[in-house]
Amino acid sequence: MSDAAPPSPEITDAERAELRRHGILLTSIEELYNWGRSNSVWPLQFGLACCAIEMIAASMARFDIARFGSEVFRPSPRQADLLIVSGTVTKKMAPQVVRLWNQMPEPKYCFAMGACAISGGPFKQGYNVLKGIDRYIPVDIYIPGCPPRPEALLHALITLQEKIRGQTISGRDVPRFLRPDATCDYPVPEFGAHDLEPPQNPDVWRPPALVRKEGA
Amino acid sequence: MSPHPYAFLAVFAAVAVAFPLAALGLAQLWFRLFQPAKPGDTKNAVYECGLAPTGDSWIQFKAHYYLYAILFLIFDVELHFLLPFAVAFTTLPAGALLAMLVFILMLAEGLVWAWHRGHLEWT
Repeated sequence: MSDAAPPSPEITDAERAELRRHGILLTSIEELYNWGRSNSVWPLQFGLACCAIEMIAASMARFDIARFGSEVFRPSPRQADLLIVSGTVTKKMAPQVVRLWNQMPEPKYCFAMGACAISGGPFKQGYNVLKGIDRYIPVDIYIPGCPPRPEALLHALITLQEKIRGQTISGRDVPRFLRPDATCDYPVPEFGAHDLEPPQNPDVWRPPALVRKEGA
Repeated sequence: MSPHPYAFLAVFAAVAVAFPLAALGLAQLWFRLFQPAKPGDTKNAVYECGLAPTGDSWIQFKAHYYLYAILFLIFDVELHFLLPFAVAFTTLPAGALLAMLVFILMLAEGLVWAWHRGHLEWT
């Protein structure tokens, strides 16, 4: 017992569970805050392509996204927390997506739903398709599939809820939206003569660099 | 002493005022304590479904449809009052019939006015 750690002021999970068995609920503002907002993630009512059909199916009675508190699809970005990029983002559409993302209040989250939103998918070689929305927007969860089934969207939502519950509201590791110096205005690309300008947001995404080792 | 039969309305009104005020106050408190404001040019811009906004949001809407609203109102109000009147017709005194006739006459006057002005010609 000589090398025992000094008693921590933090309460352990076992002690918390023991208290809960006796009907005492211990919590902190951080936990309460995260619990509240993780259970009321309101998506933006925004569909782009066939993935949106799966998103609609997820919001209907069979899959019932309301079980996770996300049934309130907001028609205005001012009231939305979650941008589900559900489908192919053409280069003509990309500025609108980024502008909508900018108009959402913090904290906000983004799903890249389906192969197209992740990488351009089957249209990756097309001249008019953006090769992944993560070139302009920080994506929280990628949902693979073509299109992903509603269960995959629900799984992404559960994963996002876990992510939100893990966020802190003070200290060094606070998320971006709680840092006073971090900007949340992402540059909106313009539809130029040949391509979107700029072709990507270097703060969010950089093209993978090929590094050749000497003598290899 | 039993409470006033309409006392619950006062309770409802108090809760209806206090609940949103408490929620808004908590949000404001949270904003003051933790969350830094994140304004931005795009965020503060007029919302036009993601497109770049053009012009001002304070535009004048065309008021030409007020006639249809008035015409609709004539028949709508007429229906709302005539149906209860017809249901309770046998128990009502003669004065009620007279009042209803005056009421219908006033509404009919509006209809005649619209007809006379040519607002009923749809083509």
